[in-house]
Amino acid sequence: MSAELLRRNASDWGAYALLPLIALATLPAMSFSTWLTLTVAGFAMGMMLFLMAAGLTLIFGLMQVFTFAHGAFITLGAYLAVSVLGALAGWSNADSWALNLAALAAALLAALMASGAAGYVFERVIIRRVYGAPLRQILITVGGLIIAEQLVVAVWGANPLPLPKPAAFRGSFILAGAAIETYRLIAVALGLVVYAALHLLLNRTRVGLLVRAGVENLEMVEALGYRIRRLFIGVFVTGTALAGLGGVMWALYQELVTRSIGSEMTILIFIILIIGGLGSIGGCFTAAILVGLVTNYVGFLAPKLALGSTIVLMMAVLLWRPRGLFPVGAE
Amino acid sequence: MSGAAPGPLDRLLSGDRPGTRLLNLLLLLLLASLLLAPFLFPGTRSLAVAARICIFIVLAASYDVMLGYTGIASFAHTMFFGMGAYGVAIALAKLSAGWGAVLLGAAAGVALAVAVAVLIGLLSLRVRAVFFSMITLAVASFALILATQLRDLTGGEDGLTFSVPDVLQPSFRLLAEPVLGVRLDGRIVTYYLIFAAALALFLLMLRIVNSPFGRVLQAIRENEFRAEALGYRTVVYRTLAGALAAAMAALAGALMALLLRYNGPDVTLSFSVMVDILLMVVIGGMGTLYGPALGAVVLVMAEYYLQPAMAALSGSLAGWPLLPALFDPDRWLLWLGLLFVLVVYFFPAGIVGKLRERAG
Repeated sequence: MSAELLRRNASDWGAYALLPLIALATLPAMSFSTWLTLTVAGFAMGMMLFLMAAGLTLIFGLMQVFTFAHGAFITLGAYLAVSVLGALAGWSNADSWALNLAALAAALLAALMASGAAGYVFERVIIRRVYGAPLRQILITVGGLIIAEQLVVAVWGANPLPLPKPAAFRGSFILAGAAIETYRLIAVALGLVVYAALHLLLNRTRVGLLVRAGVENLEMVEALGYRIRRLFIGVFVTGTALAGLGGVMWALYQELVTRSIGSEMTILIFIILIIGGLGSIGGCFTAAILVGLVTNYVGFLAPKLALGSTIVLMMAVLLWRPRGLFPVGAE
Repeated sequence: MSGAAPGPLDRLLSGDRPGTRLLNLLLLLLLASLLLAPFLFPGTRSLAVAARICIFIVLAASYDVMLGYTGIASFAHTMFFGMGAYGVAIALAKLSAGWGAVLLGAAAGVALAVAVAVLIGLLSLRVRAVFFSMITLAVASFALILATQLRDLTGGEDGLTFSVPDVLQPSFRLLAEPVLGVRLDGRIVTYYLIFAAALALFLLMLRIVNSPFGRVLQAIRENEFRAEALGYRTVVYRTLAGALAAAMAALAGALMALLLRYNGPDVTLSFSVMVDILLMVVIGGMGTLYGPALGAVVLVMAEYYLQPAMAALSGSLAGWPLLPALFDPDRWLLWLGLLFVLVVYFFPAGIVGKLRERAG
């Protein structure tokens, strides 16, 4: 038993070492200031990807629900950011970081609430009827994605919408000769806060205990008399709310919102889930940063290969560890 | 099906008759209108619609071999469609506008599609089944990127425009005199080439799904564990089903390239084509082959003819909040998406399944 545990922990070192290894391996290929800029950019992108992917990994892991509609909640968050920041343009453009921050917080809060509410409806109306039927889940959620994308276009129009960042977060500053965008630090901070909150929620609360136990062995939790359906709703709503949050952050990062913003991210999110291992928050966090870093390094060294590189990374990880870097639960 | 000696029709349909009188009638009507399309519906536009229906029947039916018969949801089907189309397009653009180039391009496209399908199948050996759909989605987007980046070979975003063999050129005249008031030009030759190829491929797929091999696929769909326990190497069968579907999709792509005399990422590789195929198969009826054929008709017709109807409706609703936007002609996919979800809920076997169920 303890030998088994030791072996598992030892094998995890390989997975943990991957991040610094990749970061250091690229250092000789560029100047230090470029490397620092790219590393910060990669971390920021990774944090935003983590926001969008964290909920989905729990949904996959706990509920065994394979939803392709997660991108719809990202899109919803992004478009809500356009509406809220548009309405609060006075705050967003004011020369006061407090007002700027308030505008950003309002957008984040609106997206969190709206995506969570939409997620609740989605679970009640769509997902609830297809528990335990993977093929129908895939089909029905693709249908949901089509409808949601079309509804977004019906409300906000088909043209891409510009989304300027709040005034205080537009510029960049110089650190050790490297240009660091302020907004990227905000993204890193928010990502860390959400990661810490999820970590505490999962490891220090009773609900978290049940969720983790459910990921490991759902039938046992159910047999012990807990109402897992309520847990499912909670996890789904949290996951979709986080997707909305990530959508706001990503849209502000891009400064442009298109109707396909969510479905484009869905592919990256799937890659992250596969690399990290389904159901693992820590794995999701590590994989998101990994994907963010690799995308930025390769984007600098060979721009054409950026998305391709993450797919190659995924294939390599799968050949090394077929269940992802940090597998959770029984096969 | 029941008689001791199968008649010629049964042999042609591999003993898999549509099943009900209404379905027979619908399919017969479809076959007759496609057979006589150039004479019944003259005009370039309606001929293009008919040719698209033929191609999408093959494409949707080949997807059904995977989704409906084997129970695998792949999102890389357009990639194989694109491989066939790019094979023919590149061969015709870079070599000569002859039949040799068409055959070479189609063969190369099919070979590449089969190779990639086998590779994906073998990779899915090692991973959980749920990863399969996600991996195919990632691979398909990789293919899309590749097609837009390899500009020298594929023409990038702009795609490739090329000449087809003389017989298929619109300026070609088969007969000097019009027949039944229709001039027999290269367009009509192209249409009949596509029609004949589509019919042959459809009958071939019908044969395959009704063979012992097809029965094993259905057994895997119903209960993979039991099929494995009976001694069938399910992974081999799933990989073969994927390779077969990929080859059929690539051939459909080759036909598409001949029809359009153009190929680009939007036409054959984009995710919206994938969504179209999914809608066709599910609305028509998974696991029936006849269903996807009907689904292809519904989708292609909706694409071409639903939009004017919606424009009229949208216009008459002017003044209401949001309603005109919902019925905007560009929102046709919204309503088909809604139909799709309702079908998955209430008629999981689609149009064909519902008709068969009603007949008892």
